Amino acid sequence: MSEVATGYNFAYLDEQSKRMIRRALLKAVAIPGFQVPFGGREMPLPHGWGTGGMQVTASVIGQQDTLKVIDQGADDTTNAVSIRRFFARTAGVATTEETAAADLIQTRHRIPETPLRNGQILIYQVPTPEPLRFIEPRDSETIKMHALREYGAMQVKLYEDVARFGHIATSYDYPVMVNRRYMMSPSPIPKFDNPKMDRMPALQLFGAGFEKRIYAVPPYTQVTSLDFDDHPFEVQSWEESCAICAAQDSFLDEVITDDAGSRMFVCSDTDYCRQRVAQQEANP
Amino acid sequence: MYVAVKGGEQAIDNAHALMRKQRRGDTKLAELTVAQIQAQLPLAVDRVMNEGSVYDPELAALALKQASGDAVEAIFLLRAYRTTLPRFGYSEALDTEAMQIERRISGTFKELPGGQILGATYDYTHRLLDFALLAEGEAAQAAREPASSEPLEPCPRVLELLNQEGLIERSRNEGEQDQTPRDLTREPVTYPAERTVRLQNLVRGDEGFLLALSYASMRGYGDSHPFAGELRTGRVSVALVPEELGFAVEIGDMLLTECEMVNQFHGSATEPPQFTRGYGVALGRSERKAMSVALVERALRADELGEMVAYPTQDQEFVLSHTDCVSANGFVSHLKLPHYVDFQSELEMIRRLRREQQTSTQQTDAEQNDV
Repeated sequence: MSEVATGYNFAYLDEQSKRMIRRALLKAVAIPGFQVPFGGREMPLPHGWGTGGMQVTASVIGQQDTLKVIDQGADDTTNAVSIRRFFARTAGVATTEETAAADLIQTRHRIPETPLRNGQILIYQVPTPEPLRFIEPRDSETIKMHALREYGAMQVKLYEDVARFGHIATSYDYPVMVNRRYMMSPSPIPKFDNPKMDRMPALQLFGAGFEKRIYAVPPYTQVTSLDFDDHPFEVQSWEESCAICAAQDSFLDEVITDDAGSRMFVCSDTDYCRQRVAQQEANP
Repeated sequence: MYVAVKGGEQAIDNAHALMRKQRRGDTKLAELTVAQIQAQLPLAVDRVMNEGSVYDPELAALALKQASGDAVEAIFLLRAYRTTLPRFGYSEALDTEAMQIERRISGTFKELPGGQILGATYDYTHRLLDFALLAEGEAAQAAREPASSEPLEPCPRVLELLNQEGLIERSRNEGEQDQTPRDLTREPVTYPAERTVRLQNLVRGDEGFLLALSYASMRGYGDSHPFAGELRTGRVSVALVPEELGFAVEIGDMLLTECEMVNQFHGSATEPPQFTRGYGVALGRSERKAMSVALVERALRADELGEMVAYPTQDQEFVLSHTDCVSANGFVSHLKLPHYVDFQSELEMIRRLRREQQTSTQQTDAEQNDV
């Protein structure tokens, strides 16, 4: 299935469209966390299935690059397989499942557990780029709120959580401030992953296809999760450890193993889990 | 020992093979040809062309075949093809007044220059199933060929008759030039969107959504009091000015349906009471679509006419952000993708909230028992 498709430009998009997207990317890198509108193209995959991330990947990928695609942290989920195949066919690039071996990583809903290094690019698929969307549905309003750095409404929402539940009840797509200026949606990653964005050595690019927005966090940029002095930001933790590799520091997926409701917990990052198992087998 | 589910690649291949088999159906029956779809399901083809934004009946028919007749899937196929097509240039504005009319009706004037032409329509049919079609017999042939040899009279636009009396707003002001519309498939829409962008968005918008919105606007959720000023269907020639020639060359013609709605307007501080226009146009024979576009288009002009924006149909961002069936379908269907991680986060959260609530209730109970 990895034969290269003919009749299409390298990585599917025409060069004019790629240039337009690269310009938007440059602007996005120059203004960390700011949502840059771009002429999002229609892709042969449905909106909401990663068309934004794919357009970004198509615009920055080169023939020598190695690509990794994950969905929910895993390389083998059907949509990750489908997108990885898309680039193997339209760009003929090498693909990998190993985080450290990848130049580009396109992701949906997770940041790999293995720390990324400078020179790598992490490309997020974003469904709703506007962090204020569920507070104010109109773009014409949220644009003004960002321009005026008027983020009180979000603080109020988080405060209401504290008042009702005693702590902030947002568990994924947890809003962050980038470079102390723009409020940004980290995409629907669990808040467990938020601290990894802070001063990450890799370049982080975000593509929202049908909302036609691109934004970015340059390497080593400060990214802070919103919180209060008396209710500091905290991440999820598990009492269990991974049933396969015994990791205690990774995000765990709950797997139901029989119809009596028995459960086990395993790493959501399949590559991380496999690396750990390999290491344990090498040094028993 | 739990083994993580592998084999996504094989599963996808198998799913596609199964889908092809299901599409073909019973092989004892002859396979449907694209030409048959194009010739015998032309209204389905027209819808796919409209929302797929390409005037190409053959490709639209192919898309319908490939999509097992699912209009939204077919529209998606055509869109994904359209996006790869190079732009050779932009045609001159179409002159729909010079349309070769096959059907033209007005709900506002009984007699009008050029006359009313009923043409082919399902209107006035009694919706009784025709079992002759089931028996695969020939449907009753048209009793007689329409008198097509008679030359058509000129058909000036109905709304221009009102314009002569100054009773309706002008479609363009004195000396106003044609605007070159922005291409919303190349540039993102920003709000407020100008009228050309709004119309573009509506013409490729989902027919059912627009129909429902226009219905709502007529039922009180919108200050709409429309009349169908004119509805016309026919062929219009398309002309292009090639850069190296510098004059217009006719490159073909296309079948269009155009609708002009007349709406009440109570006047404002600067404008006297007069009628206003809502405009709709659609590819092929698409009256329902053209009328819905015209109604929603007029509702969306509330802001510029100084009317109160009180209902969703009048709200640009609400309407224009949600018309696209490819986007809507994509986002709704993406719920079929795994959300294990987000759901796991929510699970952890809700368990914690319940645990905390339980402990605090137990504490309160204990305190009450102490008293």
